[in-house]
Amino acid sequence: MSPVEPGAAPVEPGAAHEEPGAAPAEADTPPVEPGAAPVEPGAAPAEHHRLHPFTPLRRAWVPIGAVIGVLSQQVDRAQEWARDLGSVLGVLLLLGLLLLGALYGFLSWWFTSYAVTDTELRIRTGLLFRRTAHIRLDRLQAVDVTQPLLARATGVAKLKLDVIGTDDKDELAFLGEREARALRAELLARAAGFAPAEAAGVGEAPVHGLLRVPADRLWRSLLLSLGVWGALAGGLAASVAVWWISASLVVSLAMLLPVLGGVWAASGGRFLTEYDWTVADSPDGLRLDHGLLDRAHETVPPGRVQMVRIVEPLLWRRRGWVRVELAVAGSKNDVLVPVAERGEAYAVVARVLPGVELADLEFAPSPGRASRWVVPVWWKGYGLAVSPQVFAARHGRLCRRTEIVPHAKVQSVRLTQGPWERARGVADVSVDHGANGTVTARLRAAAEAAEFLHAQADRSRTGRADASPDRWMT
Amino acid sequence: MGLPGGLLRLRRLLLVLWTTVLGVVTAVLTGVLAGPAWAATGLVWAGVLGWGWVMLGRNWRSWRYAERADDLLISRGVLWHEQTVVPYGRMQLVEVTSGPLERRFALASVQLHTAAAASDAKIPGLAPAEAERLRDRLTELGEARSAGL
Repeated sequence: MSPVEPGAAPVEPGAAHEEPGAAPAEADTPPVEPGAAPVEPGAAPAEHHRLHPFTPLRRAWVPIGAVIGVLSQQVDRAQEWARDLGSVLGVLLLLGLLLLGALYGFLSWWFTSYAVTDTELRIRTGLLFRRTAHIRLDRLQAVDVTQPLLARATGVAKLKLDVIGTDDKDELAFLGEREARALRAELLARAAGFAPAEAAGVGEAPVHGLLRVPADRLWRSLLLSLGVWGALAGGLAASVAVWWISASLVVSLAMLLPVLGGVWAASGGRFLTEYDWTVADSPDGLRLDHGLLDRAHETVPPGRVQMVRIVEPLLWRRRGWVRVELAVAGSKNDVLVPVAERGEAYAVVARVLPGVELADLEFAPSPGRASRWVVPVWWKGYGLAVSPQVFAARHGRLCRRTEIVPHAKVQSVRLTQGPWERARGVADVSVDHGANGTVTARLRAAAEAAEFLHAQADRSRTGRADASPDRWMT
Repeated sequence: MGLPGGLLRLRRLLLVLWTTVLGVVTAVLTGVLAGPAWAATGLVWAGVLGWGWVMLGRNWRSWRYAERADDLLISRGVLWHEQTVVPYGRMQLVEVTSGPLERRFALASVQLHTAAAASDAKIPGLAPAEAERLRDRLTELGEARSAGL
């Protein structure tokens, strides 16, 4: 408590003079501190750590940025105001603002701490509104270490924890780079079921590289994306048409801008994030390292993957390239491999879903005579395959997508049949998985679908029995 | 098992109320604005009433649920037919809800939640005693077969 007061006290008069908002923030801090103190002895012997001292510098920009944002929106009023104020007062105001920002950054850093206990990670944040998050380690879905460009320059990193049902609030930003890696290793070791004493010393699990995407293959694959070229051509054509009709260059350029933004996100932006994509295997799960400017190091612990999707765009098929996406409950990571040869990609998938041989899946097509009239042309893309481990459904003709759900992750099974489908004697079968998604096998023969519904329910029920435990080292 | 008659009565009552109100409003408006002969357009709503009456009956009859050994099966819909199977072990939460109108007709709904938001398994219009029995039974079965994600 004491370090806050002296640091804060000199700021108070200057800040209170200009911005009354500073006063309540200052006044409210003392009651918060004693309130927090009793938690400490009650919260087990776990010791609380603070984040890296770089953090306040970064957080300080939040209020300053907000003020600048407001000012720049009302430029005229601000200029007028500045003239009235005079230069001395203006400089004082600026200083006050800076100090306020520094104070905010310092206080938010001071009041954020984390502790690792035997079963939980506890994060305490909040200056006025306290928030204590207890994250159960055996429910951890993924742990990511990310380094934005600025953070890379200063040698710090952000640790992000994915748990089902929470927003992206649970992150520790920033930690020292080495500290972040050590903490990740410890969290994963404890989540795996190592004893606490061991966990701290286990260190990084041995890593065994599986796949690395070369840069030239990545940019080639991005150039071979029909969707991007289609969007670009469509956007250009539309804006030329608008120019021709309205004779206003500005309007047509304004129309083109969002299209260009989207094209950039799907090509250049993806190149930046997917650059140097490395997939490695470790006992803690798969490690994904990628990024040109912002480096990210993701870890997906074993048995957390709910769904795997193999995407094969039209122009990639001749080269035998595929993209692999995955769904993990509560996590936003969705790319497993941005582009790879089919065989390499299947080998990676086999690590994520043990015992699954994708090459051996045999897809049964939809019955042609009935489906032709329900979904013309595209019905040929539909397919369904079931192995003892997984349910797999395929759809799409230009861009073929194969979605694979392990039976153990299936939450419920549904059969739907519209009036037109019933007339043709077909039905759709869907399975819902734990990452809030649904995989649908469309247009199966009605009798097969009805039988399948019950068979799949049995498989999902029993599939759980031989799944690996949540604590994978026990 | 099908649903008890209360839900059908409630839905048909609401249908009669709404079509009568709308029919009267249409008849009065057209009668005043376009002449008395036009008031007959209100009869369109009588047609809607008749059609809705039959449809509600068919929809109500299509609802089925079965507690099987290891999962709950819900089947519903006539034109758009849907069957849902939820293994007991995957249930995260079972809730019984009952709005003011439903309470007036002594009805309650049971809704199951799994980790997937899409698996929407709801059984409307049960007798409260049956709803509670089902809830307790499902929770019990769910506990016995519970599993993580």
